[in-house]
Amino acid sequence: MIRIENFVKTYGSVRALDGLSLNVESGVVYGFLGPNGAGKTTSMRILSGLARPDSGRAWILDKEIGQPGSDVRSLIGVLPEEPAFYGWMTPREYLCDFIAPLYNIHGKVAAQRADELLEIVGLKEAANRRIGGFSRGMRQRMGLAQALVHRPPVLLLDEPVSALDPAGRKEVLELIETLRGQTTILLSTHILADVERVCDVVGIIAKGCLIVQARREDLLARYVTPLFEIESDNGFGHWLEWVEKQAFVTNVTVSNHTARVLVKDVRTAQKPLLESLARETLAVRRFEMVHPSLEDVFLRVTEKEA
Amino acid sequence: MFRTLLAKEFREQWRTWKMIVFLAGFLITGIISPVLAKYTPEILKSIPNLPAGLADFIPAPTVADSVVQYLKNTEQFGILLVILLTMGVMAQEKERGTAAMLLTKPVSRSAVILAKWLIGMTILLAGLLVDGLACLAYTVVLFEPLPFGAFWTLNLLLLVYLGVYLTVALMASTLARSQAIAAAGAFGGLIVLIILGSIPRLSDYMPGQLATWGSSLVLKGDVTAWPALGVATGIIVLALVIACLRFEREEI
Repeated sequence: MIRIENFVKTYGSVRALDGLSLNVESGVVYGFLGPNGAGKTTSMRILSGLARPDSGRAWILDKEIGQPGSDVRSLIGVLPEEPAFYGWMTPREYLCDFIAPLYNIHGKVAAQRADELLEIVGLKEAANRRIGGFSRGMRQRMGLAQALVHRPPVLLLDEPVSALDPAGRKEVLELIETLRGQTTILLSTHILADVERVCDVVGIIAKGCLIVQARREDLLARYVTPLFEIESDNGFGHWLEWVEKQAFVTNVTVSNHTARVLVKDVRTAQKPLLESLARETLAVRRFEMVHPSLEDVFLRVTEKEA
Repeated sequence: MFRTLLAKEFREQWRTWKMIVFLAGFLITGIISPVLAKYTPEILKSIPNLPAGLADFIPAPTVADSVVQYLKNTEQFGILLVILLTMGVMAQEKERGTAAMLLTKPVSRSAVILAKWLIGMTILLAGLLVDGLACLAYTVVLFEPLPFGAFWTLNLLLLVYLGVYLTVALMASTLARSQAIAAAGAFGGLIVLIILGSIPRLSDYMPGQLATWGSSLVLKGDVTAWPALGVATGIIVLALVIACLRFEREEI
């Protein structure tokens, strides 16, 4: 559905993309992750037709981007990171009189679609207000609405929920979930909880190339490293010094009353850890073996690259 | 698609008050030109302590003064208004990010430029209509009727003349990435055309000659400036082609 082969893009001396290749299958929600400056937005801009790669090729629905007679723009809906609008227009005017006709949608059909989208993104009450007075969150909702006007088979969403409040974020993520299966979505975000919630496949890029691409569950399974989380009401005292010295422990972090102990092997570590906690007479509230979150995987993958 | 772009440009000019300010500027120019022609000699004569006999040397105003005033004012204010109307149209879209939003839709980049140019020229035409009608009416009241056909031919020549500045400003706005650079480019273009127009021999071929030709038509002179018309049209076409080609290649 979306295929990128060996994208290279430089800006002056900065190599924004360095041989990026990825493949997004039809109907999936693809979480595009990477630290700031990794090349996510550059990739999105190339796929949207706003920029050209120095080398490399890409296809959306088997149409090659940037080739004469192969305009993919009617197949995609794009939400940039900071959507911008004409401040003098109202949302209804923007969708019904400007965006919809560009996709050859006119008259009553355009008006119905505009009203439907404004309802979906929660801007029905503001339909006749000037966009110039909108907050960033409202503009982001408008951005999502304009990307959906023509029911595109492919959506490119650059940080779609970063400006929204928790309630707004939940609504937009639910909307994205409803599009799963019928629309292929490439979603870049730095909020990993959102990726865990809605994305089927995760691709992590760093320094302009793809490091990992896998289904979310496979990725978590691949990078699984048993981790013990211990919560104690009276702190950890000398126990921390002891645990850091143990050969089966690879890393220990403490925040508030919780210690996270990363171990090499769960079976080797479990018994001595429990015994040591009992010996130190700590007021243990919780002792749990947890799997790393996507955030842990992300940090491990990108740190390894750095 | 092109109609949608035209409609958006027209509404933008109207809703942001730019068109109203532009037309009001031309209306005032059309009114004050014959009024100034008529009453400037009167005002000069009424200056206290005027040296004896000087008042007799101030000629009585004629319809020719009204035409000269009209040309001078429309040329000066028109160029300024046209540049102010146009210099931000593309640079602002790029700077604010609305161009990026638009260009992810199935629109031709050249169509975006041409829609802006066409609406700019339409507003300029409307401005000259308002300007000309006001001047005609006040000239009839204060002097005598102007030759109708010749006067509107003069305005057509002014449309081409001011169209040169409008198109150069649009090109500057397309080449620039910010409004400040676009403004510098537009006024730079104005200065270059003024300098070239002041060079003897070369001035016969420059767009400024169109105003001289226009006044000659109304005042029954024998000046023509076909080469200047050709050069002006050439500058318009060239500036549009450069703007379109540049925008087609530009990364937003």
